[in-house]
Amino acid sequence: MAALGRAALLLAFGLVAYALVAGSYAAWRRRRRLALSAQNALLAAFPATLVAALVLIVALARRDFTFAYVAEHTSRKLPLQYALSAFWGGQEGSLLLWLLVLTGYAGLAVWLNRRSRELMAWTVPIFGLIAVFFSFMLCFVSSPFHQQPPPVDGAGMVPSLQNPYMLAHPPMLYLGYVGLSVPFAFGMGALLSGRTDERWIVATRRWTLAAWTFLGVGQLLGAHWAYTEIGWGGYYAWDPVENAAFMPWLVATAFLHSVMIQEKRGMLKVWNMVLVALAFNLSVFGTFLTRSGVLDSIHSFSKSSIGAWFLGFLAFMVVLSVALIYWRLRPPKDGGPPLLRSKTKLESLVSREATFLYNNLLLVALALTILWGVLYPIVSQVLHGQTRSLSKPYYDFFLHTFGLPLLLLMGLGPLVAWRRASLRSLGKTFLVPFGAALVTGGVLLGLGFGSAWPGLLAYTFSAFVAASIVLEFVRGRAAAGGIFRLVSRNRRRYGGYLVHAAIVLFAIGVAGSSAYQTIREDAHLRPGQTMEAAGYTFTYTGLTGVKGPNYTGFRTIVSVSGHGEHFTLRPGQNNDPLQGASFVASIYHDPRTLGDVFTRAQPAVGSKTAIDLQVFVKPLINLIWAAGFLFVFGALVAMWPDAVEQRRLAARYAAGAAPAGI
Amino acid sequence: MEWALAVAAVLAVVAVAFVARPFLRDPSPASDRLDELSPEARQRLALAEERDRALAALKELEFDHRTGKVSDDDYRAQLGPLRRRAAEALRALESREQTPHERIPAPGEHAGR
Repeated sequence: MAALGRAALLLAFGLVAYALVAGSYAAWRRRRRLALSAQNALLAAFPATLVAALVLIVALARRDFTFAYVAEHTSRKLPLQYALSAFWGGQEGSLLLWLLVLTGYAGLAVWLNRRSRELMAWTVPIFGLIAVFFSFMLCFVSSPFHQQPPPVDGAGMVPSLQNPYMLAHPPMLYLGYVGLSVPFAFGMGALLSGRTDERWIVATRRWTLAAWTFLGVGQLLGAHWAYTEIGWGGYYAWDPVENAAFMPWLVATAFLHSVMIQEKRGMLKVWNMVLVALAFNLSVFGTFLTRSGVLDSIHSFSKSSIGAWFLGFLAFMVVLSVALIYWRLRPPKDGGPPLLRSKTKLESLVSREATFLYNNLLLVALALTILWGVLYPIVSQVLHGQTRSLSKPYYDFFLHTFGLPLLLLMGLGPLVAWRRASLRSLGKTFLVPFGAALVTGGVLLGLGFGSAWPGLLAYTFSAFVAASIVLEFVRGRAAAGGIFRLVSRNRRRYGGYLVHAAIVLFAIGVAGSSAYQTIREDAHLRPGQTMEAAGYTFTYTGLTGVKGPNYTGFRTIVSVSGHGEHFTLRPGQNNDPLQGASFVASIYHDPRTLGDVFTRAQPAVGSKTAIDLQVFVKPLINLIWAAGFLFVFGALVAMWPDAVEQRRLAARYAAGAAPAGI
Repeated sequence: MEWALAVAAVLAVVAVAFVARPFLRDPSPASDRLDELSPEARQRLALAEERDRALAALKELEFDHRTGKVSDDDYRAQLGPLRRRAAEALRALESREQTPHERIPAPGEHAGR
């Protein structure tokens, strides 16, 4: 079995190496059949990688401990679904998942655009280049098919990973990370082929949107996992690996907006290339951070020694991206303007495209300040000889500085006309949202919400954005003659507004659960004793034992009453004999506040019956998770194919040049 | 072990045959030159993009005006230049379409897969 896996990976490596070398030669020397042959090699790499993946999946399902990877990440008693999730629980499996998704995406994207041969000629080698790195790692550096004499049992899985969210969170992130290679490969292919028109954007915008959605959902699932499973009472800790997924998402968000300016105004060609390259390289950087162990992280279960390889690859890809962009910024040898030069300019600083530009600058600034925070421990180690980290206050400061204006812009942008807007029409359009924000802010201030200014501003700006979205739908419906007609005629715009509405819900949830939360971490209780928090009374009544398939543990019984509610919470701990102890949080969802009462407990030192109880009361936190559903729905509306637009684009490329395979 | 190697060998043979397919299907083509756009075709494409942008901008302006985002004065001020731009792009495209296309021949328009 392992031999088949190794052979399939070697075959995949050979195929993608051929796609890189033969594809580059064919594109350079304009060889048609060789280019098609390289394209076929890229297509064939997916089934080869799939065979390797299936071999690993079968080995995991059978707990075949002759595979060192299976023995290191599973055990006989580990439930099947978690044994299968070990596919992405370790380094070698994760690399295989990267390659599988990459070859799958590349094959599909190339197949769909196969008729645009000039663009594909250079896109295929770029895909080949990325795939060569990952298949090389899997064949020669970090193979999941390394064999050993089978031990009696495997090492098992970290308890916190034995969670249903782990079945979806990592694959979602990988679908997002790897998805960003599609616009990157097409963008670099466009630079190499000189096809810097909109063709590469048309070919990749749904891919970018899908990757961005996967990355967003993956992060939200990760946040929910951290909240329910890690048991520290929060959902985002500015951990380097969490930041690693957040940064490319921010840059991809910027790209999704700026690409509209290129489509509508023919501007920002260079900026879009920079964003595509930055998003892809940040996704490689994210994988490097997760896998290298260079920084301390909550994800330290995945430390390894392949960081140097990733760093080398990352450096190469950054240099390649910068060199290609610089090359196309220079005038071509046969004369004429540089291919990346835009013909049109910004007409007014008060226009839709200007608000998109401000949004882009804020998003990229936020991503770069987070990047600085992530890199700071390494920089301080190099410069000062000691590791210093930037903690929550640093990130919170920049989140407020850039995030709150971004939230406001989400409401301003849609109300401003393209090209230029007069102050008179702006005043008329902003009247309702501005009034809604003013009333909301005033009422909340009167109710005492001024205790946390960032929270109050977030609520006020959210009211502004929500009112502007509602206004857009109401006015649009009247103009188009029906809501369905309105949305189906411009899915990208109104899908985007639904995503904006999801971000508003998210912002309200974050503000409520962080700025206005109540925390009690100091309660030392004996049976029968009580404590108070945010109007709730917590009574500790006793302990009980629990036993699972591969763990034993205890639960504390805490009766809670307050605000007209009575319920029981059971926080405790599980002990896995192979992996040690882990917290089990107990959470009550309060329908009245859309928030949670979150508890965790541990035995008090020196006592058999007393416990240390921590309580977090988090208003509105459930809006964060609800936002996820609206986010996905909005993204689906935005990426749903539009037959009229497809026909228009197909006609454009058929008349202009090669037919479009959109 | 043997069966695994046999499966791997079959996989490799199928992959190699698939990769070699363009050469096997078309062993001696009249021309093996990769399709590329002529400068004329590139210009036509740029004009088609410009035409689509101008037409989309007109539609946007119309919609923004109907939803009250653009005042009557702004609407009137922007309508003329946008119409002119769209008309210029359409005229330029039409005049080019009357001249023969100068696309570098794509031998094997037989889409040789």
